[in-house]
Amino acid sequence: MIIKRRQFLKAGSLATASLLLPNFLKAMSLPEALERGQKVLVILQLSGGNDGLNTIVPMRNDIYFRERQTIAVDNALTLTDEAGIHPALPFFKTLYDRGELAVLNNVGYPDPNKSHFRSMDIWHSASRSDEYLESGWIGRYLDQACYDCGHPTQALEVNDMLSLALKGKQKKAFAFKDPKKLYQTSREEYFNALYQEHQHQHDEETVAYLYQTLGDTINNADYIFEQSKARKTAAAYPDSVLGKDLKTISSLIKSDINTQVYYLQIGSFDTHINQQQRQESLFHTINDAVEAFVDDLKKNSLFQHVMLMTFSEFGRRVAQNASNGTDHGTANQLFFLSGGLKKQGLLNALPDLTQLNEGDLQYTEDFRKVYATLLKKWLDADSAKILGWKNGIYDFI
Amino acid sequence: MSDFKKNMHLANRAGFGMSLQQITVFEQQSTAVLWKQYAQEHEFHPISFNTEQTNVDYTALSKLNAADKKQVQQLNRKRNIEINLNFLNEMVHSEDQLREKMAFFWHGHFASRVINANFSAHILNEIRKNALGNFRDLLFAVSKAPAMLNFLNNQQNKKDHPNENFAREVMELFTMGRGNYTESDVKEAARAFTGWSYDKDGQFLVRKKFHDSGSKTFLGKTGNFDGNAILDIILEQPATARFITEKLYRFLVNEQVDQDIVDTLSKDFFDSGYDIRRLLDRVFTAAWFYDSKNVSNKIKSPVELMAGIMRMLPMEIAIPENLIVYQKLLGQMLLYPPNVAGWPSGKAWIDSSTLLLRMQLPQIWTGLRPLDLDAQNDDDLDMGMKQSRAMAKAYKNPKISIDWAGVEAVFADREPFELLLQQQPSFGKALRDSYAGGSRRRTIIEVMSIPEYQLC
Repeated sequence: MIIKRRQFLKAGSLATASLLLPNFLKAMSLPEALERGQKVLVILQLSGGNDGLNTIVPMRNDIYFRERQTIAVDNALTLTDEAGIHPALPFFKTLYDRGELAVLNNVGYPDPNKSHFRSMDIWHSASRSDEYLESGWIGRYLDQACYDCGHPTQALEVNDMLSLALKGKQKKAFAFKDPKKLYQTSREEYFNALYQEHQHQHDEETVAYLYQTLGDTINNADYIFEQSKARKTAAAYPDSVLGKDLKTISSLIKSDINTQVYYLQIGSFDTHINQQQRQESLFHTINDAVEAFVDDLKKNSLFQHVMLMTFSEFGRRVAQNASNGTDHGTANQLFFLSGGLKKQGLLNALPDLTQLNEGDLQYTEDFRKVYATLLKKWLDADSAKILGWKNGIYDFI
Repeated sequence: MSDFKKNMHLANRAGFGMSLQQITVFEQQSTAVLWKQYAQEHEFHPISFNTEQTNVDYTALSKLNAADKKQVQQLNRKRNIEINLNFLNEMVHSEDQLREKMAFFWHGHFASRVINANFSAHILNEIRKNALGNFRDLLFAVSKAPAMLNFLNNQQNKKDHPNENFAREVMELFTMGRGNYTESDVKEAARAFTGWSYDKDGQFLVRKKFHDSGSKTFLGKTGNFDGNAILDIILEQPATARFITEKLYRFLVNEQVDQDIVDTLSKDFFDSGYDIRRLLDRVFTAAWFYDSKNVSNKIKSPVELMAGIMRMLPMEIAIPENLIVYQKLLGQMLLYPPNVAGWPSGKAWIDSSTLLLRMQLPQIWTGLRPLDLDAQNDDDLDMGMKQSRAMAKAYKNPKISIDWAGVEAVFADREPFELLLQQQPSFGKALRDSYAGGSRRRTIIEVMSIPEYQLC
């Protein structure tokens, strides 16, 4: 992040030593000049289908309490006259009060699919429900952001496997759980020797592709690892997997790496049985890890440049089931956390529980419009080209 | 190209690669004779479960409470994995390589993914049974399989509320491909398929009261069509033969399609009334099939890579369930295609994570290094169950023991590059040997670890 400024500072400090730096450049190297930076998007996937109605709770809605006799949340933290937030998310309430949280309710897509894998596929590829794409929306962003670039690290996933969302048509992002582990694996002497030997060969396209991927991996594992150490965060994070993952991301955000999108996930939110316990424990984990992350970014004046978005492949049914859980549903809310929001709070009305389709919410906001907004307004990318979406964007960013 | 290399090429494409036992045979046999052996008719054996049939009533699933449901799901998951591994086992050990290879192709073509393990086993066996027969039989069998009807929601396709999913995918993905029909054809075909369903034992049946028996206009024909008539009309379209032939050409020969060859093949396929075995014979006996541009140009799919290693290095696998994690991490879990379009192929298999794991796989399987990656949980499979990390780790080691004495005996006076690769790699033996340290075993492992080994 903020590459130009840092490279400039490096050059600047050398120049200072020789006392040849003109005054206007000295002025620019003061902290005031740090304000402008590239935007960063962090996407947190809530895998398994988070129950949105027990996350942003319609506290004054009789239908909600009637349909959820044993699992309704009656101690939500008040946001508005009508809406509260789950009590295990107190930091989100704090963000709300500070104007650093926006919630978009009732997001989905036409003809919703209730299978985890298919619906996730749709969210990852940004396809229609009857269309099958082999590339993901962040991957296609990467194709664009890294056209002819040196390091295709504009998007990274903190995971052992690369998700469809981050596979482009030409470029694929890197996935790693720990930059050090990725680095060590890629340093395997034999693999490096193979790559070195190969560099002068001219060969058939497929072989070339394999060696190019190998080379990209070796070179970028090095780059990512170096960057992850450069300004490693000293802040304390909770000892959860999510805490560790966000700590890794924070260190990278502070470094000079060119990454603009980070992708990570937590789950499983598939709460068919005893929902309350499971959801609460996951929310505690998220709350504490996100609190550490946001505090860390704020201390470094980075929160206005960073946006954290959460999403899930679907919400859950309005009526609970007989096992104190909920079954697969449709529309759901998205959270946006940032110091740089143009609009805050609840961006639209809560879902209408009187207008259900066979017991499920009817979406009012299309997730592709959200993606288009993020791509265009936050990442400065050609959203029409990446998504083929032409039905406008939101104004909260 | 030598006959030996041609034989290897044939074994890669008509099966899952040359096995250790085949090496000496391939050295002496002509490719024409070898193809005759591959094409030979074998008796069909269905894949079955390892454990007893359960008397679970799957139709009652929706009435069960969530805890009981979860138990049924877990039982299904276990049995689906049995089918998965037994299919993989056939790919490795079956004499009838051509059948398993084509079953693997059709499994990705007629992609379905269902919880009910009986349905999974049924459709896989229908596919295996018809894999080399007539495409018409195969299409009808698959279209009437409960797995497919369930997967594509045809249970919800009723006279008053048509669900077009099944009709659309049959045309778009299974037969003609896009551009050969209109939206109106989809609607009319969906009407014809109304009522196509199955009973509680998974037997196909037409529910008369849900069937729309009115007149339909489909692909220019008008009549009182039912689902069978629609499939027949689809088969009357040369576009169907063209679509299947081209996809098969990409799978068997080259991702880059030679339009003239595919035109000729597809005309013949159509004229033969969709005789699959005949089409395969035309491919594997053609001189162009052995052109250097068609050799070693395909990236092995994860299952092809795994089965290939298992064929070359005969192994005992103490905990075969743990092979699943490799299928997941490398991106191809049998019975669990990503969607109805099947698995993407070619370069789509390769990203930095999968390439590094592919290159480490021979070392991991031979015990030279541990696997330190976690496969993603699958919510469709796990139903919200969380595996502890320690348990997940313990699950990863399949505990493989390789018959190294047997392997080393065959490799003793043979060059590993020649037996394991179709092309000379971009580095010399000296480099390889400096890492293998004079060990034959290590030499084999080192060769299986290189990018060129990912090709077939």
